[in-house]
Amino acid sequence: MKKIVFVLTVLIAFGMQAQTPEERGLKIAKAAEQADLGFKSSMVNLKMTLKNKNGQTSQRSLTTKTLELTEDGDKSLIVFNSPKDVKGTSTLTFTHKVGSDDQWLFLPSIKRVKRISSNNKSGPFVGSEFAYEDLSSQEVEKYKYKFLEEKGSLLVVEQDPVDPKSGYTRRLVTYNKDKGYRLERVEFYDRKNALLKTLVYSEYKLYKKKFWRASRFVMKNHQSKKETILEFSDYNFDVNLSDEDFTQVALKRS
Amino acid sequence: MNAIKKARNATTVFTRNWANFVIKYKWPVLLVSLTLALGLGSQGSMEFDGDYHVFFSKANPELEAFDALQEKYTKDDNVILVLSPSNGNLFTKENLTAIEELTAEAWNTPYSSRVDALTNFQHTSADGDDLYVDDLSYESSLKTDAEILEIKEKALKEPLLVNRILNEEGSVTAINITVRLPGEDINEIPGEVTPFVRNMISDFKEKHPNFEVHTSGLIPMNTAFFESSMKDMALTMIMLIIVIITTFILTRNIWSTLATLVVVMFSIMSAVGFVGLMGIKMTPPSAVFPTMILTLAVADSIHILVTMLQKMRKDGLNKVDALKESMRLNFMPVFITSLTTVIGFLTMNFGDVPPFWDLGNITAFGMLMAFLYSTTTLPALMAVLPVKSKVRKESTVVRKNWYAGLGNYVVKQPIRLTIISFLIIGGLTYLATKNTFNDEFVNYFDESVQFRTDTDYIKDHLTGIYNIEYSVGSGESGGINNPEYLKNLNAFENWLNEQPEVIHVNAFSEVARRVNRSMHGDDESFYRIPDNREEAAQYLLLYELSLPFGLDLNNQINVDKSETRVTVTIENVSSAEMIAFAKKGEDWLKNNTPEAMHTMAVSPTLMFSKLGFRQADSMLKGNIIALILISLVLMLALKNFKLGLLSIIPNVTPVLVGFGIWALYKAQINTGMVIVFGMTLGIIVDDTVHFMSKFLRARRELGYDAKQAVVYAFETVGKALVTTTIVLLAGFSVLSTSSFALNSYMARITVIIILAALIIDFILLPSLLILTSRKEATVAKNINEAQIALDK
Repeated sequence: MKKIVFVLTVLIAFGMQAQTPEERGLKIAKAAEQADLGFKSSMVNLKMTLKNKNGQTSQRSLTTKTLELTEDGDKSLIVFNSPKDVKGTSTLTFTHKVGSDDQWLFLPSIKRVKRISSNNKSGPFVGSEFAYEDLSSQEVEKYKYKFLEEKGSLLVVEQDPVDPKSGYTRRLVTYNKDKGYRLERVEFYDRKNALLKTLVYSEYKLYKKKFWRASRFVMKNHQSKKETILEFSDYNFDVNLSDEDFTQVALKRS
Repeated sequence: MNAIKKARNATTVFTRNWANFVIKYKWPVLLVSLTLALGLGSQGSMEFDGDYHVFFSKANPELEAFDALQEKYTKDDNVILVLSPSNGNLFTKENLTAIEELTAEAWNTPYSSRVDALTNFQHTSADGDDLYVDDLSYESSLKTDAEILEIKEKALKEPLLVNRILNEEGSVTAINITVRLPGEDINEIPGEVTPFVRNMISDFKEKHPNFEVHTSGLIPMNTAFFESSMKDMALTMIMLIIVIITTFILTRNIWSTLATLVVVMFSIMSAVGFVGLMGIKMTPPSAVFPTMILTLAVADSIHILVTMLQKMRKDGLNKVDALKESMRLNFMPVFITSLTTVIGFLTMNFGDVPPFWDLGNITAFGMLMAFLYSTTTLPALMAVLPVKSKVRKESTVVRKNWYAGLGNYVVKQPIRLTIISFLIIGGLTYLATKNTFNDEFVNYFDESVQFRTDTDYIKDHLTGIYNIEYSVGSGESGGINNPEYLKNLNAFENWLNEQPEVIHVNAFSEVARRVNRSMHGDDESFYRIPDNREEAAQYLLLYELSLPFGLDLNNQINVDKSETRVTVTIENVSSAEMIAFAKKGEDWLKNNTPEAMHTMAVSPTLMFSKLGFRQADSMLKGNIIALILISLVLMLALKNFKLGLLSIIPNVTPVLVGFGIWALYKAQINTGMVIVFGMTLGIIVDDTVHFMSKFLRARRELGYDAKQAVVYAFETVGKALVTTTIVLLAGFSVLSTSSFALNSYMARITVIIILAALIIDFILLPSLLILTSRKEATVAKNINEAQIALDK
């Protein structure tokens, strides 16, 4: 009798905790979002190296500013520093939790701001192996989740994009729950559900004792054998950027 | 003369011992040969490789250049699905929805990396400072009639679509699936891509029966290569039946037929083992090897068996004596004809087309084994089998008279026949020079192959299937945005469009113009190259940011943005015209642009166009070596320098006659036909060997004069030559039914050559023998040699 009671208690205890993999996946994504909450704004320099199958490389350098928003997606501003012929070109993006993002581009050659009205977020970002959707703000609402497995402190969650125009059927995202749910690696599966790319984050640094930021992203395309490396430097969390720094006027100034 | 006599005696002793040994140890011989055949056969494996790359050697400079281009941009193997709705108008809600559906499904093709269709074409438009880049027709089922009309107008104005994805009438469209094969497994195309595409099409047709679907592209071509290899291999069965029937008719003996079958099967099993051991992958040209071996190997057995049965039936010898006598008489001729055939096939290695190396080597090995089995397994088997034969009087007296009659006819007028023969040969040789090379790979397949008919449909209704690519460099990183470069590229694009054979040009300058126009509120006057480099670079950046997954510019621009790819689609033109066109483009760049933009034209079409020429150049040396080697073998075998030299005439002229007649028949020759000289030389030389050896025997042993010797040769080998020719004609006729032109053309011209060889050996050769022997007519009488080795 005692045994039965014990078993029942255990079962109930588990039952209380029991959640579907979908729920657990969503919970993890929310926890990750929560953990990164409150950085307000940041600025970072970025060097992008494109490599083709034969090892030929090509480089671009950019500066990215991000403004944290809670009620809607983050705002970001990217300025190109090189190659020379696109120096000063900048993009302003308002990500939205629901619906397609807004994007403007300032072209210094004609001194005009152009709005890109396109639902296409799945194309390669400046010829790299990163799609725009890989780099934009990772809003929880943009995916459906399913928890897959736990390996030590690592949690693997499958994420299915909500946007039908996404280039992916799913992504397998590995979170590190002991390090503020930071991302360790992402595997991208293309529309026919074949492994397309793997992104590995490394050289993490902890800023302000709370915000984990990787200094190095390596994206490998398994199908084209091309590779793109992002190197981040000079993270600045004290820039105190505000909404005014993320307007079309600011875009022209940058 | 003594040395020759000694050698001759030595070979006679050797063949006699060989025959005695084989018959004495018949069981061990059978066991060993069975073990050998099974052992080799067990190593065999048949893998088919349909990749068109197999036709090009590693050192082929065109292949190297093409692969380099693919590395720079993207590797494009493709499947083109061409859709024709029955109502003749693509622009209806139902039809656009169907295309959109199939496009979405096409993304699921294994290894696909890109799908270009009418509906997902990235249309760029501007509204003030807003730039719109979107699918031409997204969610078509929700479109109104007015919107669909607008889509139609946009589409038919779009230079990137018309004549490539869409025809001018708007009644036929293509979905181009780009496939990036890892190339790790031979099964990627036949096992994965092709079944998927075929399923997808049949599902689509079921759901939308109003659409006709045609398929082309490199992947279907690959599949066609693959399937025609298998089909040609199946011809082996037909040939096997022919072998059984022929052997039975010629020997009128069931056991002989069985023994022949064992020999040819052992030979093929051994060859299959060779394929496995050497790791050779089957391709359409090499897949015909079983039929080749069957055809050539059966002659060995027939010679031995026919003589043996003749000795039993006519001369009343018992089985073993008849067998020994037959072996003695046939060993050397069989050896020499096998040797020349092996030499002929091995010369294929001089060529530049790997599948023919394989064909040459496998067949040469098979022939070597056929010789071995014919001289060991066959006599051992005949010794074991209960062959009985009644002595009976030959009923072939009449036929013998026929051959003798032909001999007498020739003997009466050697000069006249020689002159007539040379006139005909001369005329046909002149005609032979009128043949031109044409390796249009689509025409490799006849109309029984769906790839061919579908491709023809696409050519007639939508676009060209032949293309040429130029990777045009700017000489500096990011230089493709330099207006100088863009202007030159634009001029090149315009020049290409002016060429009459050009159907479509896809150049980056068009993208630059289009984006420039969009950046100026769709003002047509800005449909030109941007004014400065910064503008061009920034527009490109903007444009690239707005393209979706899989529809980027990576297939057109290299990573460094220093080179772009120009793809020219052209009409079906012959290989020579294709090469000339490619050269014209290269020259235009040389004459009109800075050095960095000079480049070499490449494409699979162009590679095939040059294949025949390369093969012919490289085979020339091989053919000369084959001719010298085979003539040397003949001189040694006949032990007569003069006749060896003379034999070149009946050995070379059939090929000239063959190509002369071909000029009247098709006048176009392909890569497969380049090899026939060496190959047929090794085969037709047999006729000459047999005829000349009989002629010599009559003169040396029987003291006949030249005319009598010719009649004697006709009487003794006339029938044998006709029978072997019939077997060979049967074999190559079977091959000539192949749906694959490299094989069928090769077989057809071989049929002509073999037939020509027999006629020449019956008309011209005896005439020449008489004419060249006149002066020494008296000398001949003094020579009274022993039985010559080549006798039978």
